Amino acid sequence: MIYLSLIVLIPLAAVVWRSGQDGWSGFWGSVTAPEASSALKLTLVVSVMVALINLVMGTLIAWVLVRDSFPGKRVVEMLIDLPFALPTIVAGLVLLSLYGPNSPLHVDLAYSRAGVLVALLFVTLPFVVRTVQPVLLELDPQMEEAAASLGAGSFTTFRAIILPSLLPAMLSGTALAFARSISEFGATVLISGNLPFQTQVAAVNIAGQIESDNTTGAAAVSTVLLMVALVALMLLSLLQRWGARRG
Amino acid sequence: MIRASHVCKNFGDFAALTDVSVDIPTGSLTALLGPSGGGKSTLLRIIAGLETPDSGTIEIAGADSTRMSPQNRNVGFVFQHYAAFKHMTVASNVGFGLKIRKRSKTEITKRVNELLELVHLEQFAQRYPAQLSGGQRQRMALARALAVEPQVLLLDEPFGALDAQVRKELRAWLRRLHDDVHVTTVFVTHDQEEAMEVADSIVVMADGKIQQVGTPDELYERPASDFVMSFLGPVTTLGGRLVRPHDLVLSAEPVDGAVAAVVERVVRLGFEVRVDATVGGQPIWAQVTRYRSQLLDLRPGDTVFVRVLEPAASPVG
Amino acid sequence: MAKVSLRVVALTYLLFLLVLPVAVICWRTFANGFGPFWDALTAPSAVHAFQVTLQVAIPAVIANTIFGVGVAILLVRHRFVGRKVLSALIDLPLAVSPVVVGLALILVYGRFAPIGGWFADRGIDIIFAIPGMILATIFVSLPLVVRAIAPVLEEIGIEQEQAAWTLGATSWQAFRRVTIPAIRWALAYGMVLALARCLGEYGAVAVVSGNLVDQTQTLTLFVQERFGNFDAQSAYAASFALAVIAVATLLLIQLLRPKEGTR
Repeated sequence: MIYLSLIVLIPLAAVVWRSGQDGWSGFWGSVTAPEASSALKLTLVVSVMVALINLVMGTLIAWVLVRDSFPGKRVVEMLIDLPFALPTIVAGLVLLSLYGPNSPLHVDLAYSRAGVLVALLFVTLPFVVRTVQPVLLELDPQMEEAAASLGAGSFTTFRAIILPSLLPAMLSGTALAFARSISEFGATVLISGNLPFQTQVAAVNIAGQIESDNTTGAAAVSTVLLMVALVALMLLSLLQRWGARRG
Repeated sequence: MIRASHVCKNFGDFAALTDVSVDIPTGSLTALLGPSGGGKSTLLRIIAGLETPDSGTIEIAGADSTRMSPQNRNVGFVFQHYAAFKHMTVASNVGFGLKIRKRSKTEITKRVNELLELVHLEQFAQRYPAQLSGGQRQRMALARALAVEPQVLLLDEPFGALDAQVRKELRAWLRRLHDDVHVTTVFVTHDQEEAMEVADSIVVMADGKIQQVGTPDELYERPASDFVMSFLGPVTTLGGRLVRPHDLVLSAEPVDGAVAAVVERVVRLGFEVRVDATVGGQPIWAQVTRYRSQLLDLRPGDTVFVRVLEPAASPVG
Repeated sequence: MAKVSLRVVALTYLLFLLVLPVAVICWRTFANGFGPFWDALTAPSAVHAFQVTLQVAIPAVIANTIFGVGVAILLVRHRFVGRKVLSALIDLPLAVSPVVVGLALILVYGRFAPIGGWFADRGIDIIFAIPGMILATIFVSLPLVVRAIAPVLEEIGIEQEQAAWTLGATSWQAFRRVTIPAIRWALAYGMVLALARCLGEYGAVAVVSGNLVDQTQTLTLFVQERFGNFDAQSAYAASFALAVIAVATLLLIQLLRPKEGTR
């Protein structure tokens, strides 16, 4: 308990406390400062996009992994976890070399918001996939057989029978992906080029402020991020309970 | 040997045991019998020290053990689902208690082999529990509990997780084991056949209270309540009271004290015959011998006269 | 038909997002041949960076393992007020951005901060030094061991321990001989996850370390610094090494994952 407090709780409390150092107007000032607010806005918008893309693609990938079989599937299965295991800075470097100035694919996303988006998609890839997979595996095939025997086509079956069962897991994974996305630092730091007002994400903004010794400003932006993350996680917890009730 | 006095235990709002007092004689094989939720497992676990009573005392061999930890009570405990140490071999499992007591390696090996022979698991000594059948795992659990020479052996629904056939075999085996080893043994069961077959004395428990204590015969012949009577054997109702179906005598002609009944069904069950009838609209069933049934030659719709065979009037005495 | 097209869409997405980037590391790392790669990897600063990484990661993993086992037992085996809160708090580090972690630790353990100041007066630097980096790494990997072993602890139940008690074992003996062996695969799994996380941490450590080359530079910080100084070869070499470690971790996890389900 003490361990937990010393390392986690007190420091986090310090951040929130520090952000209030200059009072409410100071806090608000830091948060609405042009660079900071631009960074926050970008972060939120991109993260929502990332979340939505993951919602669709993650479920699709989980579906293919569970329901389909093809040579090399086991390798793919293992690779899905790579973004979890790979250091974020390495991910950033790698994405930059593939989609940056010297790109072998002649696609240059450096210094662009698209670059930030790709970086965030990389690090959040496993979240939806890994939450949906177990649920898909557990699905009772007899439900689908019953639907088929009653005349439902595959799309109807998916929409009416499978999707509702998967929805809690899909949304959980999406919430996790969103929370991860707003926090991301290492992967975006290289490809985005940190252009303030254009490609600077909140985390990078905070790092910059720390370096300029503006800890209060950094703390303010941090607190906003923490709040958003907290809301996302509470949503997640509610979703999990909703999912559990439906069995 | 084991004395429980005024033991009470609550789990939240649920009263598991209410003022339970019972004596268990040394060297006996006693069954705690009753329906699920009746408090038997709770009482057993309190005796073992795995639960603490809210009030009341437990004495084991004259010593107040109420607050003693399970480590110090020297009781052997056998769980319904074996609680085998999955990562240890059978031999290591059985020798665990001795290893804790820091006995010498030779002593441990000797004792483990003795016990494995006792339970007929010698050839499985180096196998792992996962490789054993349920019955074998339970025998291992017993050997493990006996290895440290406990003063009391407690078994919590020991055969509940096993197939019917294995259950019957192990029941008989437990009885024989007790005859050899003479450790004070208490086991919990909800199966009255098991209790009747194995135990010297039965403690019937329901709703957290003791309903009756006695030998199997006593409980069967002289049940203290309708509950005990219906729990321990077949019952049917005649004239508002519970009687044993095999205590009913059927005759074709009216007899003193007999009531008229209309036959509904006659079913042959092995060497006995079950006659379902109604007395004034109330269902009743009697168990008669094949011989008697043939004599009466009853068909559905026939009238038959039913009376209760009182023990005093039984010709066999 | 629908199946194949789904498969194609999924695999194409993965190709561009996952497979090609991985292939590119190998390509770029060895673009100039094995020699330069090896030279860059064995350069003193690279080796030192690796040493620092280990100096930070290993204590963090050990600390979190001890904490993790204790907390898992607490959460699974005991009922107490605030249990759900504790559980939620354990997961908290997952939601916090690495830079915020760094900031938080600076505010508390920095030279001019309450706790940090106390240490600084005695000549011990926490921030901008190894201890601070260890703290940061502990923070981010906190939940991993707990969450790996808690479900297994829950599943095996308490009966084996109770059996051990009735046989005369003390709580500690039962813990050492029965509990730990029963969860050993899940524990290994959790530790591998934690180690991977600790080796790969960048953001929190970047903020807390001050990135003093050759002193508080971990391998991940090395990658970024070298790249910033246009020494792409070194950056890629170190990245490759880290990627290899990541893949090795994945393989280990695959091996350990089925095992922890069979108990």
